[in-house]
Amino acid sequence: MSTVTGASAADQTPGPDGRRPLQADQASTGRVGDRLFGGAATVSGVLVIVLVSLIAIFLIVQAVPALMDNSANFFTSRVWAPGGDQPAFGILEFLWTTVTASTIAMALSVPVGVAVALFLTQYAPSWMRRPAAGLVDLLAAVPSIVYGLWGLIAFAPVFKPVQSFIQDKLGWFPLFAPTGISGGTICFIGVVLAIMVLPIVTALSREVFDQTPTAHKEGALALGATQWEMIRTAVLPFGRPGVISASMLALGRALGETIAVTFLVSALADGNPWSWSLFNGGETFASKIANNASEFSNPNKTGAYIAAGLVLFVLTFVVNSIARVVIERRKAFTE
Amino acid sequence: MAKRIDVTDLNVYYGSFKAVEGVSMTVEPRSVTAFIGPSGCGKSTFLRTLNRMHEVIPGGRVEGKVMLDDQDLYASSMDPVTVRRTVGMVFQRPNPFPTMSIYDNVAAGLRLNGVKNKKTLDGIVEQSLKGANLWTEVKDRLSKPGAGLSGGQQQRLCIARAIAVQPQVLLMDEPCSALDPISTLAIEDLVNELKNDFTIVIVTHNMQQAARVSDRTAFFNLKATGEPGRLVEIDDTTRIFNNPTEQATEDYISGRFG
Ligand SMILES: Nc1ncnc2c1ncn2[C@@H]1O[C@H](COP(=O)(O)OP(=O)(O)OP(=O)(O)O)[C@@H](O)[C@H]1O
Ligand SMILES: [Mg+2]
Repeated sequence: MSTVTGASAADQTPGPDGRRPLQADQASTGRVGDRLFGGAATVSGVLVIVLVSLIAIFLIVQAVPALMDNSANFFTSRVWAPGGDQPAFGILEFLWTTVTASTIAMALSVPVGVAVALFLTQYAPSWMRRPAAGLVDLLAAVPSIVYGLWGLIAFAPVFKPVQSFIQDKLGWFPLFAPTGISGGTICFIGVVLAIMVLPIVTALSREVFDQTPTAHKEGALALGATQWEMIRTAVLPFGRPGVISASMLALGRALGETIAVTFLVSALADGNPWSWSLFNGGETFASKIANNASEFSNPNKTGAYIAAGLVLFVLTFVVNSIARVVIERRKAFTE
Repeated sequence: MAKRIDVTDLNVYYGSFKAVEGVSMTVEPRSVTAFIGPSGCGKSTFLRTLNRMHEVIPGGRVEGKVMLDDQDLYASSMDPVTVRRTVGMVFQRPNPFPTMSIYDNVAAGLRLNGVKNKKTLDGIVEQSLKGANLWTEVKDRLSKPGAGLSGGQQQRLCIARAIAVQPQVLLMDEPCSALDPISTLAIEDLVNELKNDFTIVIVTHNMQQAARVSDRTAFFNLKATGEPGRLVEIDDTTRIFNNPTEQATEDYISGRFG
């Protein structure tokens, strides 16, 4: 493991004028440039933390009064009737829709994205690597409304027969049970989200795979590894933390995606029976809030939506923390 | 276990650039052959053609013939993967797999060969680490990352990794150039021991090292920059260092080069 503190034996030796020895991390912090930059970095860091905390506090302050008035269980109820004399609202349905659609998006986009990235960095002929990489980066920057439009106009008709086919053949399994909803099902949303975040996963994974040190790859090849074995021994372990970060970024986008989802979902009527089916409709947190922005008339009603937003905030936070832990756990082996 | 290498009239190209021209030589089994010569004369390039590692570099290709005993390394039926399992390589910079433990580094090649039995692996890992003179230093921390070792230990770990798959030939490209004198001596001792089992080819910029470890020495040179490198002569090490045939060799080893 390389130490990057820049400490050396000389740092421990007192100077000729009797000054105390420099400590590793202070090796050259006396210089003006170092002090300026160090100061600026600290201020920015603190600023970010303060901002995030303020946002969290704002959300909590707005949400608490509404939650106090709530007559239903916020986490387990499927009713959504905020405002009025007897407000009752629960997030169960949004939580289910958001999490399942994002899970489908991840399950599809991560393996495919990693495979495409491996193809682009390890297998593709060299003439197509740069243009293809540029194309992927470009796709990653396409605004989500475009994916929404495309999903609605071009993809939905194509996907419909697939949906009916799965419901026909595997309908006995609760997750694939037919529901009579044919348009913006959870499954359809998940697939569109997968296509939307695929370029993000691909672009970032491609970037890290490309940086695998030649020494590691040659080390594997010199042992008699085939191309695929070399990828498994050198490229994938090196790229793992990068792929995890890429997936988290993509998951963050999928969880919070608003425009495209609002465009595509089939909202459920009040009082519909609960179904485990992926072919059911439903709103995500983001689409529910966006669809009802016009209702933010009284503070209690607004508070209910903010409480829902807060759950999304926490969800994203938890997911990111888990990813951090996964990356940190193997850190000793990646330096 | 050890095999003879027979090279006939070998040219090596990077794309259209001819890096090495007309090399013919024989390397005897269970001997150490040192390659010396000025920077850029194609020692590494030529060395890599002995296990087809040059094919990893875009545009790398050869003309000519390399025989390992009676196998033609460049026969169309020959798989480069097979060649590299027979002819192992140690690089200039130690390159243990950073995400793997010491144990897994040594076992990596065996696992590629499909060895799964824990007992067998344990045995070969221990034997290889002993063979690389590293066992006593690491036996209590086999599950720690290989990258946590010192540079010299990492290089011996790479040697252990290379010999674990029981190659016929071991190629070493300046294995000591990133190491301190003590670690260098450790590796030189190791080369001396390994020669009982393997055919060894070692590239070095250190004349004393070539004189110390090798039985035969090959001197490479290039006429001018941009020209391909050539084999000037190959002979017994004592002869190269005391009474070489070519004037160019004499000039190079006595420091009057260029
Ligand atoms: N990957 C490469 N692509 C193109 N040309 C290369 C490549 N590697 C080496 N060369 C060229 O081939 C020639 C021989 O290089 P090589 O690395 O074999 O020299 P060397 O004798 O090993 O030098 P050194 O002692 O510095 O390691 C040089 O002219 C070099 O520029
Ligand atoms: Mg070299």
